[in-house]
Amino acid sequence: MKFQKERNNKNNIEEAIVKVILFIMALSSIISLGLITFFVFNEGLPFMIGYGITDFIFGTTWNPTEQVYGIFPMIVGSVIVTIFAILVGAPIGIAVAVYLVEIAPPRVTKIVKPAILLLEGIPSVVIGLFGMVVIIDVIRRLARGPLADYLPAGYQTGYSILAGVLILAIMILPTIISISADSIRAVPKEYKEASLAMGSTKWQTLFKVVVPAAKSGILAAVILGVGRAIGETMAIIMVIGNSVQLPIPGWEAVFAPVRTLTGNIALEMGYAGPEHRQALFATGIILFLFIIIINSITLLLRRRGT
Amino acid sequence: MSPQSDKQSINVKINGNSVSQKDNGKRSVFETNDLNLWYSDTHALKGIDLSFNENEVTAIIGPSGCGKSTYIKTLNRMVELVPGVRTTGEIKFKGKNILDKDFQVEALRTQVGMVFQKANPFPKSIYDNVAYGPRIHGIRNKKVLDEIVEKSLQGASLWDEVKDRLKDNAFGLSGGQQQRLCIARCLAIEPDVILMDEPTSALDPKSTLRIEELVQELQKDYSIIMVTHNMQQAARISNKTAFFLNGEVVEFEETDKLFTNPSDSRTEDYISGRFG
Ligand SMILES: Nc1ncnc2c1ncn2[C@@H]1O[C@H](COP(=O)(O)OP(=O)(O)OP(=O)(O)O)[C@@H](O)[C@H]1O
Ligand SMILES: [Mg+2]
Repeated sequence: MKFQKERNNKNNIEEAIVKVILFIMALSSIISLGLITFFVFNEGLPFMIGYGITDFIFGTTWNPTEQVYGIFPMIVGSVIVTIFAILVGAPIGIAVAVYLVEIAPPRVTKIVKPAILLLEGIPSVVIGLFGMVVIIDVIRRLARGPLADYLPAGYQTGYSILAGVLILAIMILPTIISISADSIRAVPKEYKEASLAMGSTKWQTLFKVVVPAAKSGILAAVILGVGRAIGETMAIIMVIGNSVQLPIPGWEAVFAPVRTLTGNIALEMGYAGPEHRQALFATGIILFLFIIIINSITLLLRRRGT
Repeated sequence: MSPQSDKQSINVKINGNSVSQKDNGKRSVFETNDLNLWYSDTHALKGIDLSFNENEVTAIIGPSGCGKSTYIKTLNRMVELVPGVRTTGEIKFKGKNILDKDFQVEALRTQVGMVFQKANPFPKSIYDNVAYGPRIHGIRNKKVLDEIVEKSLQGASLWDEVKDRLKDNAFGLSGGQQQRLCIARCLAIEPDVILMDEPTSALDPKSTLRIEELVQELQKDYSIIMVTHNMQQAARISNKTAFFLNGEVVEFEETDKLFTNPSDSRTEDYISGRFG
């Protein structure tokens, strides 16, 4: 009896210590988030207000030497590339997930799954290299060959929205595949049985029961993909051309070189003077807001899902 | 074209083969002859010969692991979802052997509905649950669907409880209501036979009673084959009862006779609670 009590005491102390340690760890992540937020806003917000928020966001000229800081072309660049990367990557990713979980024979899964993990682990600079060598080359041949008569000279380098979209689509695939696959795998087999027992085919069951039942997870996967795409920096710098300009409206825009918000910061931070530096922090604020919006959508969806 | 006439055309096709005439003028819908089943190495069904009559409730009883679920799942070939399953013998449904390689399982399963042990509604609205079957069989017309949904829910005596919240998620219903919803969903495909695998084992006594009443109601229009662990239940609602033991049928009799005057001593032991 007494022994038991001592043991309980000891357990309680251990538990308390573990609790404190875990709490400190949890706290540290919140503190670093707080610090990052503080510094980004502290550096960028005064500048943004001083310069004029609308001028900053909707200004179409970015010329630090003349103290003109309009980031609208970069916002457009980031948004367009992200949207199209999702339009390309999400359907492929979801299809692959459905295939892997529901259709593929085990031997195929055994090969494809590690491959996807590996793809996720490839440093983005390496994927960027692949883009520069392979994707850019193909696009350049296309732009300088059959399409040469239709495209302005600046759109014929291969460095383009299209290249960025393809690279990002590849980079978000692992995220979308693995998270969608998890949620498809989590669909109770009872749903499938109920559907099959009513005489529906395997395909009807898949698309009318299994995928809809997994839709909140699939949506979360897509939104995480959006976050990843909008935040990607290195690979995108290497293939997208980085010129600060609004693409001309129309199909030619596909071949337009543009710059993203992330690219803007990474390319110029190294040599920026004080005010320029603040403008780049302000660019960071905009990026930050995008991420906050995306995460809130995820949270909302998750809450609605339960 | 209305769903009813759709259905009839299927029936006519299958009725083309003559339906075997059986005892006391009742027609047999299902018949298994020397049915054997193996899960890899486990011989789960050993030479089952049974015949089920139209518009009757047949109960299947027996101790855990004796093959009741396995047997009932062979009747709509759902057992094939288990990898490594092998069957031999014959299952005649309306005169055709459903184990034939070229027999279409989808067609079979629209005529042989199934209600599972654990209520398994889809994570959809009440309406969409019931409309699921008709929709996958190609019915798009909203009016026709509305009618089927109402009729099926009424058939499962659930209509009055849910008619004002058809758009609500099915998970908001109680366990017993969910099970009746599953029955309604099954009725919506207008089967001829309904297989039930311990449909009340997860329910409270009151919900159980409702389902039992419902089963007796449904008997007028459907043939029902029901696995149950509950012998009182079998005695209350079935016309005939089959007693399974270790993958074999020990006794298959009129329910009254089986429970009052069993001919096999093992049946007697089981129903008097000496094992199982
Ligand atoms: N998926 C499976 N794989 C391998 N063996 C199985 C499988 N399902 C059932 N069995 C075996 O087949 C035999 C019959 O099982 P079954 O589920 O049909 O019994 P049951 O009569 O329905 O039992 P209960 O009353 O517990 O539901 C058992 O020995 C069981 O272990
Ligand atoms: Mg069972």
